[in-house]
Amino acid sequence: MAFLSIDNVSHQYFTKMNYTKALQSISLSVEEGQFISFIGPSGCGKSTLLSIIAGIITPTEGSVRVNNTTVQRPSVSIGYMLQQDYLFPWKTIVDNVLLGPHIKGTLTNGLQQLAIQSLTEIGLEDVLHAYPSQLSGGMRQRAALVRTLMTDPHILLLDEPFSALDYQTKLKLEDLVSNTLKQFNKTSILVTHDIGEAIAMSDKIYLFSASPGSVFSSFHVPENLQQLTPFEARQHHDFPALFQHIWEELNSLESSTNR
Amino acid sequence: MNHQQTDNQRFEQYKKQAKKEKRSILMWQVIIFIAFFSIWEIISRLHWIDPLIFSSPTNIVQLLVDKMVDQTIFIHLQVTVLETIIGFLLGTILGILLASLLWWSPKLSRISDPYLVILNAMPKVALGPIIIVALGPGYASIIAMGAFISIIITTIVVYTAFQNVDENYLKVLASFGASRYQSFKEAVLPASFTTIISTFKVNVGLSWVGVIVGEFLVSQKGLGYLIIYGFQVFDFTLVLASLLLIAICAAIMYQLVERLERRLMN
Ligand SMILES: Nc1ncnc2c1ncn2[C@@H]1O[C@H](COP(=O)(O)OP(=O)(O)O)[C@@H](O)[C@H]1O
Ligand SMILES: [Mg+2]
Repeated sequence: MAFLSIDNVSHQYFTKMNYTKALQSISLSVEEGQFISFIGPSGCGKSTLLSIIAGIITPTEGSVRVNNTTVQRPSVSIGYMLQQDYLFPWKTIVDNVLLGPHIKGTLTNGLQQLAIQSLTEIGLEDVLHAYPSQLSGGMRQRAALVRTLMTDPHILLLDEPFSALDYQTKLKLEDLVSNTLKQFNKTSILVTHDIGEAIAMSDKIYLFSASPGSVFSSFHVPENLQQLTPFEARQHHDFPALFQHIWEELNSLESSTNR
Repeated sequence: MNHQQTDNQRFEQYKKQAKKEKRSILMWQVIIFIAFFSIWEIISRLHWIDPLIFSSPTNIVQLLVDKMVDQTIFIHLQVTVLETIIGFLLGTILGILLASLLWWSPKLSRISDPYLVILNAMPKVALGPIIIVALGPGYASIIAMGAFISIIITTIVVYTAFQNVDENYLKVLASFGASRYQSFKEAVLPASFTTIISTFKVNVGLSWVGVIVGEFLVSQKGLGYLIIYGFQVFDFTLVLASLLLIAICAAIMYQLVERLERRLMN
């Protein structure tokens, strides 16, 4: 039995006038410690699927199971990191990072120490008591990562976490996130529209097609690329071939929907 | 070195210029003030305007001094200021509470929507007589008017701010399993802080309107009562003196709220 399994999930959004079928019969499974990516055109339901996995949205059909238990509501065992950092502007960085324990009512001195330690390790020791507006985009995203990891989730959901950053910052953060998650053996799902990022970071890639959102195809990233850091993987000579392959699939997907 | 010297000189010159500008504006403000009151005084003494109706600055000041000496003015001043403060606090706090309730229950908010629209559109002071009949001709009615005039608009403005809070903050909280109360306390309320503060300033002005109209109707004590009384006995010096006091008090209260706002924003 897989660690995380998505069984035949469909989801509809209802509005006054009509409804949107955001997802249609999605089934896939993820092994413990695996890093997978979702790519696909915008509006194909990637964010919706993440919210369903996180337990924030209940799917109109199907179910998500973690360790054989059905996900019914948000739980601390699943961490969710959004596209923008969404640090709370009125809280200091430390307080932002401690939001999860604060909400859970499990805040202890030990956790406070841990927060300061983690922020220090990630290079934010000088801004512990600063407010988010005083930080650069990359620093904020790092703080958001620490916030997500603070509740020690088993599964990490990353919704386009690097898309608002400049290229250099993004490459650095890819390495940082990848190392951190590997180090703690987290199971992760990354949503991205950057094919290179998907290859560099993950073990397996799912390509989604839109209206309604469904899995179009999937790709295994070769073992030797999986071992490398994202930055090294981007330099590797096996990288362009896979990139090319996914690129063509993405194009064929577009031409089939444009018809 | 040389560059820096000229740069500094330019900066000094800029500062001097700014200071000069500021002084000139202050000068004009003083000139207008003096001109207004001197012309008023002169044409009143020359009987170009009827001094019985328009009084004159010296008469008004004389009256205020007399009333301060015999201390009768202080009771009226105190009553009005207290009524306004209580009305303001009640209106603002109840408005925020109502907005919270509406946020809490989207269904209630949708049910109450047309009623809020009508209540908001209605000129609140028109309800004065009904409030007085219901609560009796006393302080309670006047305070109720001072509160009622700002409560609905506060509810609407604050509730709109609550609704406009970026959903993704709520999503972050939801991912940590936050309750609705926690979402409110951690995201909705602090994110709407600026709007809430901005209603304070508006409500101070509104409360003055409610209270003065209330005093017109109840006619027992207060600056509003003095205006009506002066009008009835044809003592326009008293009317204008009360008006002057109201203007001063309202300006002071507005300044205090503005200072509080600046303090809270930092
Ligand atoms: N809250 C919502 N209400 C109605 N429709 C929505 C809502 N959220 C998303 N959708 C629709 O569902 C589809 C999938 O959206 P989303 O999951 O955000 O896609 P992606 O993340 O892949 O860009 C889109 O057509 C979008 O318009
Ligand atoms: Mg999305």
